[in-house]
Amino acid sequence: MTEVYDVSYMERTRDYYRAQGYTTDYRWAQNSETPFTPLSKPMNECRVGVISTAMPDTELGRVNRRIYSNLVSPIPESMHTEELSWHKAVTHTDDVNSFIPLEQLMVLVDEGGIGSLAPRFHSVPTEYSQGNTIDNDAAEILERLREDEVDVAILVPL
Amino acid sequence: MSLVARHLEANGIPTLIIGSARDIVEHCGVPRFLYTDFPLGNPCGKPYDHDMQLSIISQAIALLRTATTANTTEKAPYIWSADNSWRDDYAKVDDSNREELARRGEERRRRQTEDKAEGIDRVAMIADG
Repeated sequence: MTEVYDVSYMERTRDYYRAQGYTTDYRWAQNSETPFTPLSKPMNECRVGVISTAMPDTELGRVNRRIYSNLVSPIPESMHTEELSWHKAVTHTDDVNSFIPLEQLMVLVDEGGIGSLAPRFHSVPTEYSQGNTIDNDAAEILERLREDEVDVAILVPL
Repeated sequence: MSLVARHLEANGIPTLIIGSARDIVEHCGVPRFLYTDFPLGNPCGKPYDHDMQLSIISQAIALLRTATTANTTEKAPYIWSADNSWRDDYAKVDDSNREELARRGEERRRRQTEDKAEGIDRVAMIADG
């Protein structure tokens, strides 16, 4: 039996790229400082926004990787995850709630643990180019969350 | 995704990431991180396990409430299975697939050249792990 250890995804990815003939290793983002914003109000008064790396399972979402805003209700029955790096040999993404926590957050709204769930959640594409993410996608997501008047954001990469 | 979280946080929106690639998220540095030690794909809990999924999101909300400094990581108290062989399996490179991977790389570069010629400049990470 294999021992328990945190999988080194950076090392695995580097070796995987090399095996596919790429000569320049991918450089993961690294920062010496991390921003921190305290909550401005109790969680049971907060509106929560959700962001996923999964694309909508629509004709457009399946072919065009970009930012999408999707309604939280009804909860989508499926999301397009085919192009994302997840462990396809051992699991599946048939249950949307296993990677986008909408049903769970709705329960917490009912129980009073959070104030409300924003009426839409957002899809953001994973990118080889960190410049695209920082200069384009992050700014666009911020704008959409402000439109949604969210107080906190939960981000779930697959 | 970590880069998006950092941007939101720097602009006044508190964030939390739920994820399973601990090394990547912590290398980037994020304000609050709930780590689920599962194969990539189900960071919010095993498929169709509603109790586990609710427990994990509840822990995430508690972490949002209690974290006071950046780079705060907590781990969800679940294991994927008693058999840990999945840890060795992800994006494995060995003699059984070396030739196939080299071929796939060639194919991917050819496709990217075509995409670029058509003006498509957005490239995803390799995703066939």
